Amino acid sequence: MTAPADILRRAVASGERPTPAGPLMATRVFAWRAVLKIKHVPEQLADTILVPVMFTVAFTYLFGGALAGSTSEYLQFLLPGTLVFAVVIVTLYSGVALSTDVRSGAFDRFRSMPIWRAALLAGSLLGDIGRYLLASAIVIGLGMAMGYRPEGGAFGVAAAVALVVVFASSVSWLWLLLGLTVRSPTAVQTAGFVGLMPLTFASNVFVDPATTPGWLQAFINVNPVTHLVSAARGLMSGTLPLDEVIWVLAASAVLVVLLAPLTVRRYSRRS
Amino acid sequence: MQPHLAIETSALAKSFGATRAVAGIDLAVRPGSIYGFLGPNGAGKTTTLRMLATLVRPDTGRAWVLGHDVVAEAATVRRLVSLTGQFASVDEDLTGVENLVLLARLLGHSVRAARSRARDLLEAFALANDGDRLVKSYSGGMRRRLDLAASIVVRPEVVFLDEPTTGLDPRSRSEVWNIIRALVADGTTVLLTTQYLDEADQLADRIAVIDRGRLIAEGTPGELKASTGSGVLHVRLLEAARRSEAAAVLTDALGIHVDVSADPALLTAQVADPERVPSALGALQRAGVTVTEFALGQPSLDEVFLSLTGHPAEADPVAAETEEEAA
Repeated sequence: MTAPADILRRAVASGERPTPAGPLMATRVFAWRAVLKIKHVPEQLADTILVPVMFTVAFTYLFGGALAGSTSEYLQFLLPGTLVFAVVIVTLYSGVALSTDVRSGAFDRFRSMPIWRAALLAGSLLGDIGRYLLASAIVIGLGMAMGYRPEGGAFGVAAAVALVVVFASSVSWLWLLLGLTVRSPTAVQTAGFVGLMPLTFASNVFVDPATTPGWLQAFINVNPVTHLVSAARGLMSGTLPLDEVIWVLAASAVLVVLLAPLTVRRYSRRS
Repeated sequence: MQPHLAIETSALAKSFGATRAVAGIDLAVRPGSIYGFLGPNGAGKTTTLRMLATLVRPDTGRAWVLGHDVVAEAATVRRLVSLTGQFASVDEDLTGVENLVLLARLLGHSVRAARSRARDLLEAFALANDGDRLVKSYSGGMRRRLDLAASIVVRPEVVFLDEPTTGLDPRSRSEVWNIIRALVADGTTVLLTTQYLDEADQLADRIAVIDRGRLIAEGTPGELKASTGSGVLHVRLLEAARRSEAAAVLTDALGIHVDVSADPALLTAQVADPERVPSALGALQRAGVTVTEFALGQPSLDEVFLSLTGHPAEADPVAAETEEEAA
């Protein structure tokens, strides 16, 4: 039932026409939207980090003794790796969310509005930082509950999380580009997993690469995830692995420089 | 200066690969009217709308919204229009209020003004009690109403509605129609696409019939109907078995061709001279054929479509697929 005709007429006739939001404000509003989605759909985050969390528990208690002599020692080694694993998987969500918007028509509505076109991308990336921080808190909280103790203290943990978030935000561009290219959110997710699995497993997340065959070591050593894990491991255990940190920051910068212009171009031209 | 048309296009065309989605369309839409874009799936309706809403660049030809070129002055056009897509383009993971506040903030309202505007709109669109629920839990009709509310958070001059009632039940349809009429009563111009001939008939001041990217007819609903003949006679028989006999009687009495439809008890005929209808019915009675129902009226838009295009107003699956892919 539609409301009485006069209420309808009044609402329709409201003539106020403010000046549309500028680029910064529009970005802020889209960031707010991304944060609201974390609030309303918490199960999405939970689903995504379930795999890394299960791996942490299973690897620690099943293989910890065999791999590192004791479960507690293995957890000290594994947890920074899990942190990277979890947050890198969560980045997929940026692409899934954008692809959902493209399909639903929300994307078209935003693009036909008098606002800075890239604000949706910028705002989503900003809001997704909240998602990365939350995923980090869950992994570290779980680790602490299992007995993980960061020797680097709160500062070391914060520095590691900050580095992981910087890298994750750069990787997000890849999924945004994918989200604008493939046909459905599920396709983004599938393609993303297929791409991410080798990157996370063929790295130093779970084991010391020294025990792997030479050809695999060669890949592991150029895998950015390896360097990110080494940097996070160092920072959380109280050292400053400067060359690894610089490696990660450089890799992040390269990703953004390559992907951001491509993505924004595709975003503006998509018809 | 002469007042601008709300929408004007000149030889507007767009191809996607080898498919000519829109093959040269000229339109002139008066401000404050409802203009209906009628055609089957894949006819080029959505592509035309997307060009007018600055989402797709025309290949050739030009288009203006209130005198502003949709390519050269895209930013200005975006301030004047709003687009509601084919599938309710609201955000499922947010509440009704949040959806409207989001758009109001983007369009420049303060937080407080955005909230009050959202509440007013929800009340007007009979969603006041559902504003704090996630849109995911809304029915199709509720989504559509929220979608329409979203498109007038700041009242645009021109509203584009792509198939606003596709998939809605009859009651929700008539609610959406009421909202569209209220918009136009306030001076907004509405360009809507539809596959429903009765929707175009009910709502639109003028209708453009579009088929395979081309405009094949344009006019008021009355003009379009009149263009296919003076009237149509429908006769329904009690006994379907006697239809051919009845058809012969009618053909004889009216001097015209009588069509047998898919419905086994129904006869239809294009009547040039309505004066002869009563005697034709008398002839049926004398022949002992019982008539349960008859109607003499203007042809339906369905019949108009058929006579204009030579094929019924049905989706062309190949073209529909292409357009969807392109979109």
